[in-house]
Amino acid sequence: MQLSVIKKKALGFAEKQGLVIAFLLLVIFFSIASDVFLTYGNIILVLRQVSILGIIACGMTFVIIGGNFDLSVGSLTSLTTVVVISLHDKIGPIPAMIVALLVGMLSGTLAGYLIGYLKLNSMIITLGLLGVIQAVTLIYTGGKYSRLTDPDETWFGFIGRGFVLGIPFPVIILAVVIIIFAVILMKTVFGRQLLAVGGNQVASKFSGIKETRIIMLTFIASGLVTGIGGIVLGSRIMAAQNYIGEGYEFQVITGVILGGTSLTGGEGNIFKSFLGILIVGMLMNGFILLGFPYYTQWVAQWVILVVVVWIDIASKRGKVLA
Amino acid sequence: MKKILRFFKKKPIWAILLLLVVIITILAPEFIRRRNLLNILLQSSVNGVMAVGMTYLMINGFFDLSVGTVMGFSAALAVGLQPLGIFPAVIIALLAGAGIGAVNGFLVARAKINAFVVTLGSFIGVRGLIYIYTKEDALIGERMVFSDFGSSSVLGIPTLFIIMLVIAVIAEFVLRKTPHGRNTYAVGGNYEAAENAGIRVNRTVMVNFILCSLAAAVGGVLLASRMNAATPGLGWPDQNLMIIATVVLGGTSLNGGYGSIVHTMGGVLTIGVIQNALNLLNVQSYYNMLLMGIILILVVFADSRFKQARNALRVTDS
Repeated sequence: MQLSVIKKKALGFAEKQGLVIAFLLLVIFFSIASDVFLTYGNIILVLRQVSILGIIACGMTFVIIGGNFDLSVGSLTSLTTVVVISLHDKIGPIPAMIVALLVGMLSGTLAGYLIGYLKLNSMIITLGLLGVIQAVTLIYTGGKYSRLTDPDETWFGFIGRGFVLGIPFPVIILAVVIIIFAVILMKTVFGRQLLAVGGNQVASKFSGIKETRIIMLTFIASGLVTGIGGIVLGSRIMAAQNYIGEGYEFQVITGVILGGTSLTGGEGNIFKSFLGILIVGMLMNGFILLGFPYYTQWVAQWVILVVVVWIDIASKRGKVLA
Repeated sequence: MKKILRFFKKKPIWAILLLLVVIITILAPEFIRRRNLLNILLQSSVNGVMAVGMTYLMINGFFDLSVGTVMGFSAALAVGLQPLGIFPAVIIALLAGAGIGAVNGFLVARAKINAFVVTLGSFIGVRGLIYIYTKEDALIGERMVFSDFGSSSVLGIPTLFIIMLVIAVIAEFVLRKTPHGRNTYAVGGNYEAAENAGIRVNRTVMVNFILCSLAAAVGGVLLASRMNAATPGLGWPDQNLMIIATVVLGGTSLNGGYGSIVHTMGGVLTIGVIQNALNLLNVQSYYNMLLMGIILILVVFADSRFKQARNALRVTDS
């Protein structure tokens, strides 16, 4: 075989399975480097850690497929966590959770209206919302730390801390959310329309798709899953600090991008987003197991993000540099 | 008079700034005192320098999400390397910033990776570098000369503000009068047309990424000189967003091809004045954040509504 053919084939393979390869390489590397990495306890730990990011990533994948970003998910996580914790003792766990979900959807509706209907730049709008939501959180709590008065008296902690058949409950929630979002994306009219809108907004508009509504729904979905994430987070910690979700947006977006969701919209896969999030979580876990300070993972995240996206782009155009 | 009116019409942010100053002076007369005004200038100088770099990049049609952590990194280097002497420390801090900009620029211009991904990566990665370098500790400078410089004034005006002003003037000159400036507008206005016209697009993009990070590094050095200290959390998480917001508020287009340093300076001072006024009026800092967010959303809204009007203006004016 000629060298160029081999190169082309290798690039084609890397394009399709690049993320899986990167994932496996990381798993192999960490399991050789650390005895603990592949133990049941550690795997469960990683899964529990990534469950909240993974839940939020499902909504983010929809948003990015639609050709937008949602930078507000971090502060929305803070707000919904604070809401569920502070209302738990006043109105009971279930109403508190419902309110948290409504808050998430309300925020998503606002973002969706501004971005879907008014066609405003999603990055700047959700950046503005990031500030607004964080401010609302602080005004609501007066800057105070919220906690449950009696964490042992409620079943609420089960959501974040419980186990079913040896599997952490947050992981089960994550699996359910992933499956629902994957089915919506791949098997429903909405999913196909979303992929069409993200791929080509003008064309899809002319083919009669209500793209404004689709975009709005992606943001509502993002707000809803962020509310779920906030509930799980609150239940795990049984308390909430005002900045608890700070920076989540970047971790989630990193994971989704690693998962190969195209930033120009129109392409994306929920399972791969989860794989991307899992890589982010594994880096976090692996580096600590290897005895590196936790912050070295951020540099690794940088390198991996660039390398994975670069390989993806290079394999699509068949050249390393454009 | 006509000229002034036209200035305000083309750069409405300065009219807004003027209006704000009048309103705030009525609400809180101490606002207009010389000391307070100088304080605003001082407070605005770090953001101002960083916004200058971001303006170049945004006229060029890109964003840089990493300026906040680049600022923090350069501040840490400028303080931590003081044992080598202040001058070498500052030079290394600036070079580090330019280096990160070069990496960003290379990845965007040559590897053609989406700028959002590239700068999101460096935003997170450089934060890692800060923590690795500082080992999570706050750094405190030993050389008082450095902080004396940061708090000094020339003819009653804070030195840091003068530095920012000089940088802004040079930057505006380069933008208007040099090939690089013209290329920046051309590439931001229409990438393909610029490429077809023989402009070395990649080089222009690369240079602007370097300038943006370099400006962030200068901001970091200025910030460090004000406090003679650096904490690992500097610039995280929303400094970069703040800078982008400032530039957008000034009126530089989100899509590239339109904007100027004069616009941006209007945005910088407006933000400085608003924050100062909220302080004077004893508004809780939470409302400050709320207001910034709302302003940002309103600006983008206004920007999209006035875009057509502005495009018409651009045609008739040139």
